[in-house]
Amino acid sequence: MNMAVSNLYLNEFSRVKTALPGQRLPWLTNMREEALASFRTTGFPTLRDEDWKYTSVARIEQGHFSLRAATTQPVTARQIETLVLPDMQLLVFVDGHHIPTLSRIDALPAGVTVASIADLLEREPETLQSLLTRQSRGYSSGFAALNVACMADGAYIHLAEGAVLETSIHLLFVACTDNLASHCRNQLIAGANSRACIVEHHAMLGAASYFTNVVTSIAAGSSARIEHHKLQQESPKAFHIAAVNADLNEGSHFLSSSFALGGALSRTDINVTLSGEGAECSLDGLYMGDGRQHMDHHTCIDHSKPRGTSRELYKGVLAGASRAVFNGKVIVHPDAQHSDAFQTNHNLLLSEQAEVDTKPQLEIWADDVKCSHGATVGQLDDNQVFYLRSRGVDDSAARALLTHAFAAEMVDRVGLASLRSRLDRLLRERLPQSSEVLS
Amino acid sequence: MLDISNLHVSIDNKPILRGIDLTVKAGEVHAVMGPNGSGKSTLALVLAGRDNYAVTAGEVRYLGHDLLTLSPEERAREGVFLAFQYPVEIPGVANIYLLKAALNAQRLHRGEAELDAVDFLALVRDKLKFMGMDEALLYRPVNQGFSGGEKKRNEILQMAVMEPRLAILDETDSGLDIDALKVVADGIENMRSPQRALILVTHYQRLLNYIVPDRVHVLSQGRIALSGGPELALELEHRGYGWVDAGKDSRTGVMP
Ligand SMILES: Nc1ncnc2c1ncn2[C@@H]1O[C@H](COP(=O)(O)OP(=O)(O)OP(=O)(O)O)[C@@H](O)[C@H]1O
Ligand SMILES: [Mg+2]
Repeated sequence: MNMAVSNLYLNEFSRVKTALPGQRLPWLTNMREEALASFRTTGFPTLRDEDWKYTSVARIEQGHFSLRAATTQPVTARQIETLVLPDMQLLVFVDGHHIPTLSRIDALPAGVTVASIADLLEREPETLQSLLTRQSRGYSSGFAALNVACMADGAYIHLAEGAVLETSIHLLFVACTDNLASHCRNQLIAGANSRACIVEHHAMLGAASYFTNVVTSIAAGSSARIEHHKLQQESPKAFHIAAVNADLNEGSHFLSSSFALGGALSRTDINVTLSGEGAECSLDGLYMGDGRQHMDHHTCIDHSKPRGTSRELYKGVLAGASRAVFNGKVIVHPDAQHSDAFQTNHNLLLSEQAEVDTKPQLEIWADDVKCSHGATVGQLDDNQVFYLRSRGVDDSAARALLTHAFAAEMVDRVGLASLRSRLDRLLRERLPQSSEVLS
Repeated sequence: MLDISNLHVSIDNKPILRGIDLTVKAGEVHAVMGPNGSGKSTLALVLAGRDNYAVTAGEVRYLGHDLLTLSPEERAREGVFLAFQYPVEIPGVANIYLLKAALNAQRLHRGEAELDAVDFLALVRDKLKFMGMDEALLYRPVNQGFSGGEKKRNEILQMAVMEPRLAILDETDSGLDIDALKVVADGIENMRSPQRALILVTHYQRLLNYIVPDRVHVLSQGRIALSGGPELALELEHRGYGWVDAGKDSRTGVMP
């Protein structure tokens, strides 16, 4: 990598490292230094990397994003009012730092712990030691290494065996400061038979230019039922790099959704390993780009044990000169017999300049499996547009209506009511003309 | 109301309509018959404003205006309605929203206030009942998963809600069972009024038993090959279309 560029990131690290949480913990300091060394050698991914060949991160590499060990930005409850999802527990992070005064965690059921990573590293670091150590090997990219080195905060959620979190948790990450980088780490550890639903929501105040680099790790114990919904509404000038790594034990059930609406450039990697027999996962996604937005989703579902089921449905709507990437990898290992994997990706291009690169990647090493995939890239159906117009609906309203209908399928699939109605509102705001018809 | 003169239409440089002349006055019902592929639906779609057809010559005047310069939505708001031969499925858009959007677009265009949800529902329920349709169909996506007959009824329901000046019904009778045909025919007959003109594209006499047309036209190879009164439809039922083109009949070439 370009030395000057890497120096920028290395200097920032040196500048703030003594102020990062847990700096008195030798194991953590080592981990950070090792991660940084790894970043120094690998650098940021380039278009020559197979997994990044359609997504250039040059603008992140060349950006001057500084690190802060704590936030200095005063944000009021009123400012985030419209972002908060009703009827949920709330954990707020401003510029990547937990703000207790904005958060609202009501009485939690027995066996459930919710904390901030920074806090935990000060109070009970041993809770995190083995967990973080395990995750700090074989970085999938420079971003993952950088996240470990610079990690400053994030959410920690622990569910003991059988613990059921009836109220979903809203992790609200609000970015508001120009030229800041935030490296958050979220941990969800769900014991056997536990249940939880979390929404990881990235939003902004004031359309700043910044860089979010977030990693969420999920471990679902046997027969646990976990939902993770990701809503990306970053600023139009922001860069968003995210990974969701889920490990599914025997008979567990994982439901993931990813809604990408904002950001200048966003990339979300969702890696699910079905590491226990009979685990199930369902991955939904919707990306809606406009202007010059670039949105990339890479999902990888790894069937490593028998009788796993995976379902994946991603849709994209690309307007303006926006560009999207969808790469859906499914791996079925030799002993993962009776795996059942089904993947679909549908894309709607609304303009001549919009583009999408969609690629299914199936690696099937077992013979007794059911796997299928399908991808489409198309435009609005002229017959449908004409039918609506022939009933007096404007051309532009007809198009908005059909686009809405295409995207709404993903919104309707969200079981969590408060998130679904938020997404519904966002979709209507995005397509005001359809909203008029549908009111 | 409608004046079509010397209308030539092609698609992909292939001529489909080759000089149509047709005049329909308010209060009249015209039947358009003719063999498969003769251009009936093309004519209907061109009147509704489908833009993948190129009008290469001729003129269409509607209520004194040049119809062909209007967009499809303007035509709809001006009172032109096409019941499609193949109604399109619109997944994700509930029937009721389309009905409401259609009606309100027209009302706004006329400078009338939009109907609120309550008044609108009352109006639609009324029409639904008349069409013998289940209210559940209102909340299903437009035409999606509708049976053939339900789709056709749904077209007539839309017509009943929009109350057009000029309605073109393209084979609305095809694919209906006997009872449904009666319901649809009643729906159409009910729309007959001195202010309204209807063009019924059909292959069968049976619809015309219910709705006796003022004129019957036979389209053949993109032209109106023959026109006559209601008895022409009966004759076609007996003799087929073979004789129409061949010029064996003295009436061939009769102007509409
Ligand atoms: N989009 C199109 N592309 C190519 N050819 C077309 C298209 N639409 C119509 N045609 C051709 O134009 C001719 C007339 O078609 P049209 O649908 O108008 O016939 P029709 O009289 O309605 O027939 P039917 O009784 O079967 O409904 C046919 O030969 C048809 O193949
Ligand atoms: Mg036809």
